[in-house]
Amino acid sequence: MTKLTELTIAQAREALKKKEFSAVELTKAYIDEMNDKRKYNAYVFETPEKALTQAQKSDEKYANGTDGVLEGIPLGIKDLYCTKDIRATACSHILDGFEPQYESTVTSKLLNAGACFLGKLNMDEFAMGGSNETSYYGPAVNPWSKDVPLVAGGSSGGSAAAVAANMCAAATGTDTGGSIRQPSAFCGITGIKPTYGRCSRYGIIAFASSLDQAGPMCKDVRDCAIMLNVMSGYDAKDSTSAKVEVPNFEAFLNQDIKGLKIGIPAEYRPDGLNTEISALWDKGIEMLKARGAEIVNISLPHTKYALPTYYIIAPAEASSNLARYDGLRYGLRVNGEHLDNMYINSRTEGFGKEVKRRIMIGTYVLSAGYYDAYYLKAQKVRRLIRQDFINAFEKCDIILTPTSPVTAFPIGDKSMQENPINMWLNDVFTVSVNLAGLPAMSLPMGLSHDGLPLGLQLIGKAFDEGTIFKTASALEQDAAFRKGMK
Amino acid sequence: MAIDRETVRRIAFLSRLKIEDDKIADTEDEFNKILNWVEQLSEVNTDGVEPLVSVNDTNLTLRQDEVTEGNQADAVLKNAPQAQYGYFTVPKVVE
Repeated sequence: MTKLTELTIAQAREALKKKEFSAVELTKAYIDEMNDKRKYNAYVFETPEKALTQAQKSDEKYANGTDGVLEGIPLGIKDLYCTKDIRATACSHILDGFEPQYESTVTSKLLNAGACFLGKLNMDEFAMGGSNETSYYGPAVNPWSKDVPLVAGGSSGGSAAAVAANMCAAATGTDTGGSIRQPSAFCGITGIKPTYGRCSRYGIIAFASSLDQAGPMCKDVRDCAIMLNVMSGYDAKDSTSAKVEVPNFEAFLNQDIKGLKIGIPAEYRPDGLNTEISALWDKGIEMLKARGAEIVNISLPHTKYALPTYYIIAPAEASSNLARYDGLRYGLRVNGEHLDNMYINSRTEGFGKEVKRRIMIGTYVLSAGYYDAYYLKAQKVRRLIRQDFINAFEKCDIILTPTSPVTAFPIGDKSMQENPINMWLNDVFTVSVNLAGLPAMSLPMGLSHDGLPLGLQLIGKAFDEGTIFKTASALEQDAAFRKGMK
Repeated sequence: MAIDRETVRRIAFLSRLKIEDDKIADTEDEFNKILNWVEQLSEVNTDGVEPLVSVNDTNLTLRQDEVTEGNQADAVLKNAPQAQYGYFTVPKVVE
């Protein structure tokens, strides 16, 4: 029999309904996995007692027929989400001991649907990083590691590791420049960053507000659809959340993709692209072609400018958002003689290296005399990047690309530690989507020669996650990635 | 645009971060590397292009200016490193 923790949300929910096992049994099975797999450093704070209390309530609800969409499903929550009375630190020293007195909109929707929370998941500090190595609590470890410990990706590295290692049924992530998709690709799971505005950002600790989006990280495409349906929707508490209808995403699964136009952007196959990743992309194209989809060559001419644009806009917004950490109202306070010394001491001790770097870059590009040359210029290029996608979507319905130019790399990689730009280059296929505000999914499609997961990315039109789900469910069946897992 | 040590010190102060004297040179080098890299944006012709501030096409909605979740002083102060008499407390500002 399949282990309880290997079941997808859809499978577990059906079994719970049939009373094949109880929600308490399911939760206990996950707690056992968490205890057995601490070496992956996926959780930074565990809440097994709370999860079990919630699971008991779920069993009552199944008994009296009032069960919700996610009744009794044990989830892991990225530490960026505010969870009432449960520690939330964004994996930063500066938020030591912070216990939010309110619940983020997304987590409250998940709780209302009956989910129980196993704990808070590891991540790069304030979601700034692509390897989970900037976490104050140390890196999450990729469950696919063999001899050498590999990164789980980032920033939602703990979420990806926990889902891959069956330490939760599914997890929440957030994605500012690839933070759901890249770790999903590295750990062989499925994750979707929805359209900007699809999910409320209320109660999600802010990094770069014009780019941040919440999204689910799951064992398969169907689970992403189930989770995203619960997480989505307009929220008066987030002025950027969109007043648009949320369709039933599950209804798009298994739909015919015959005649669907798949855009293949030339700029995503630069000289020297990893041959295995390039071949995997071709394999994906062939699979869609075999199902009657039409392949269309497209161009996104400003692609090469996406990274420098992102590394001006995101730090600028971060420097402003992180100005609130002053040692005054919450988190770490390091006293000083005067008020200003208290700010400086608290921030200097509380923030890690990468966060400080980005705060300073952001402060610089926003400072008098440089604003036009950097920040305003980047905002203009951002419009051109978005326009590239608008033009491309006149010729195609959806875009297929690789998720990442590399597979999971060893923790502590020298070239990336020495030069931050080398780390940032890993986001080359994911950042444009955030700049344009579009939805995109990463799904596992195969393994490299050394047995590491490889992912492909599907990019949709704004608020057309449906076409992503439709296309992804076809690719998922053809690639049969999960069936090949040990 | 290359930056010098004085600028690094000024940006650090604006950011309310302390950089030790022996780290200033490294920070300056790193900053210049990053600025050189983003400099490639100057190749892009952006004449007549409006800056993109938000990808949302919809306008922000107006609402009544009224208290919706008031009287939560205790919750607000719950995480304060130091609080007294219902206020956050800080080191002396005025001698």
